[in-house]
Order: sequence, then C-alpha cells, then structure tokens
Amino acid sequence: MERGETFVIIGPSGCGKTTLLKAMAGFMRPASGTLRIEGGPPREPGPDRAVVFQDFDQLFAWRTVRDNVAYALRTARKFSKNDALRRASEALALVDIARAADRYPHELSGGMKQRAAIARAIALEPLMLLMDEPFGALDAITRQQLQIELARICADTPVTVVLVTHSIQEAIYLGDRVMVMSPFPARVLEIVDTSHARDVETPEFARLTGHLRDLLVRA
Amino acid sequence: MNRAADPWSRLPAAVRYTLLTLALLAVWQAYVSLAHVSPLLFASPVAVARALGAGIASGKLVTATVATLEVLIGGLAIGALLGFALASFASFSRLGQDVLGVLSAIFNPLPSIAILPLAIIWFGLRPQSIVFVVALATIWPVALSTDNGFRTISTTTHLAARNLGLRGWKLVSDVLLPAALPSIVTGLKSAWAFGWRTVVAAELIFGVAGSAGGLGWYINNARYFLQTADIFAGLVVISVLGIAVEALFGLLERRTVVRWGMKRAA
Repeated sequence: MERGETFVIIGPSGCGKTTLLKAMAGFMRPASGTLRIEGGPPREPGPDRAVVFQDFDQLFAWRTVRDNVAYALRTARKFSKNDALRRASEALALVDIARAADRYPHELSGGMKQRAAIARAIALEPLMLLMDEPFGALDAITRQQLQIELARICADTPVTVVLVTHSIQEAIYLGDRVMVMSPFPARVLEIVDTSHARDVETPEFARLTGHLRDLLVRA
Repeated sequence: MNRAADPWSRLPAAVRYTLLTLALLAVWQAYVSLAHVSPLLFASPVAVARALGAGIASGKLVTATVATLEVLIGGLAIGALLGFALASFASFSRLGQDVLGVLSAIFNPLPSIAILPLAIIWFGLRPQSIVFVVALATIWPVALSTDNGFRTISTTTHLAARNLGLRGWKLVSDVLLPAALPSIVTGLKSAWAFGWRTVVAAELIFGVAGSAGGLGWYINNARYFLQTADIFAGLVVISVLGIAVEALFGLLERRTVVRWGMKRAA
C-alpha cells in the first residue's frame, strides 16, 4: 500500500476483509503471518488509524454531532476546547452537515450519521483512514452521494484510505487499486489498478467491472 | 373501540390521575363516615390530613422525614459507589467479573434487613447500623445493572472509543458510563426502592428498641400510643416521597437517555 492512495479490499462475505481491517486498526492481532504499517507491526488502537464503521452507533449518542468530533480531537489529539470546536466545525462543513452540528445522532438520517462519522475521522488527520463498508447500510442514492463526496475528500487530503466493500462499482470508482480476495481460506486473487477509471459511463469502467466480477464469481 | 374517542382517554394525564385519587379519597372517607369504624382502628382522610398538618406544624414529622432521608441517602451513596466500583472492576478483568459474580450470588438473595441484628452488634443502636444495611441493600442492584449495562454496550461504540486511544478509567468515565446510563438509571431506581423499604423496616425495629429516629420510628411510636391517624400520616409521607423521587428519576431520564435516543419516552 502506498501513502495517499485509496486501497480497496473486495471479496465475498466471510473471507476476512473486516478482520484484516481490524488487525490494521490494532483491535486484534493476526493469528498467523505478519502485518506491517510504516515498517512495524500495528501498535495499540490509535487515532493515527481512524476507523469508520458500517454501524451507526459508532457515534457517541450522548454527544451532539459537533461534540462527537470535538471530543475526539480533545481526547486523541490533545486539542484545547476552543481549537477542537473550531476544527470540528470545519470538518462538519467539509462533509456538508454543518447544519446538523447541534443535533444528537439519533435525530439524523443514516447518511448524515455516516457523514458525521467521516467528519470525525478526517478531523483527526490520521495517517490512514480505515473504512469498513461505510455505506453498506445506506440506500442507493445516499450511497452514491457519499461516494462522490468521499472521492473529493480523498483527492483533497493526503490521507491513505483503506476501504472494505462488497460493491464492485464502489471499489472501482473510489479505488486507486483494488485487492480481490477469495472465499475462505482467503487468498489474494489479484490486485487491480483502477486509478484511471473514475467515470462510470466509460468502456474502461465496464471492462474493469466485468473483470472484477469474473474474479469474484470464479473464486 | 377507538381509544381516542373515549372521553376519559381525552383528558390530560394529570387530570385523570387527580380524579382517580380524589375518587379513592372519597371512597375512603365514605367508608369511615358511614361504617362508623373506630378511629383507633382506621383514620379518615380528614383525620389523616389533620394529623399530617399537626405533625408538620410541630416539626416532629419533618424531623423524622429528614432523619430517614439522611440515613437513606447516606446508605444509598455508599452502596451505589461500591456497586459502581465493583462493576467497573468487573469490566476491567476476569477476576473482577468473578468477584462480582460470587459476591452478588451470596448477598443479593439475602434480604439486607436480616443483617440488621449483626449491624446492631457491630455499630450499636445508632444510625450507622441502618446506613450499613441500606448500603448492603443498594450495592447489588447498582452493581448488577451497571455490569449488565457495560456488557451490553454495542461493540462498535466500544471499538470507536478504543480507536480514539481511550483505555482504563477514561474509557469507563467517558464512554462506558454514558453508554450504560439507561441500565445504570434502572439500577439506581431499584436501589432506591430497596433502600426505601429497608430503611423503614430497620427504623420500625429500632422503634421497638426505643431509639429516636425516622419515619419508621414515627409510625411505630404512633402505634404505641394508638394514634392511628399519625400512623397514616407517616405512611402518606412515605408514599408522597416515593412519588416525588420517581418523578425526579423521570426528569433525569428525559434530560439524558431519552434526549439521546437511547430510551423511548415513557
């Protein structure tokens, strides 16, 4: 994986995509084999590898959206209260939910909650942004909107993104490279360069979609 | 039948409850007036109201209420702190989990009032004895509910907290505690109910022993002098305080867990 790229992991359910991501985040140790991040094994969980989960309850229900972000900054980055609040507002504006800043998470739609979670993660300015099917629980239209915004954010910031997804279209659209995994016992089938395919309408996008589908179906 | 069309259902809740309470009082008063029961056996609402007024005016009922609340809040504070500490310890380690399991299995089924004779041997006929049994009555509901709250926190919430680098006490205070608050409030509610029963029962026993004290003592003393209306007055105070505390918990819940969408409004 290279710095600043968007690396997508795709594969059938149960192949260990999420496990790999959790190991990178430091939540668990690999049962065998080694994992290296910046030359060493992943340390304890920390905000240098910010995680965005699929479940909505990753946000703290007892804090407003703004406080969720500001609290993360104060705790993980030792920001002063004022700096944290200012930075939180900037991050919320970046993902276009500034108007919901003073609401509690349960008052938001699923898409807004995921925006808030993304705002919290990128506000931390992590080395890596680890995303575990962040749009998996959203409807198709919200999902597409968030994909577009995430692509913009990835392009604007130097962060390395690791995205786990089930969606071939999402993988190609967002990914610079896509790693295709086989069902259990998991192997890496192929790492496909998709950095040149951004427009869904192009024949190249269709060709890559077909290629990835073949890999996944045959596996 | 459509409930909204029913005229009773259309009344505001406060009006419905007030009407029912008034009806209850009317039945009570009618029974006492019409059946000519001896005032030594059963007091009428009017007599109880008079006894209540006299008790408050003389300050005796107020002193007794304050004495009971002091003991209850003292015992509840100690019990809740210990219960919370036990549950936190249990969330850190297997050993803590086992300690909580064994202690609560032994002590939870034991009505803490049964410990009062021992407490009297240890602390004498003093309020400390009652504080001790109240603490013992409240520690287990708080510990078990808090522990249950910690254990049912969503995995994702927990992972998100660890992702911020939270661990140890800060993880407990900043995330586990608020995330488990619905269970903790439930635990405190039942601790309050257990504590309330225990303190009044203990004071009744103390009353027999002749020591001055709280509402239980007040009731028992009234029995001794066959002042039946005063017994009822003491019971009314206990009931009203219970309702007030229930309302306080309701307010606490609306300000926290209901507002945060962790519990639906009652």
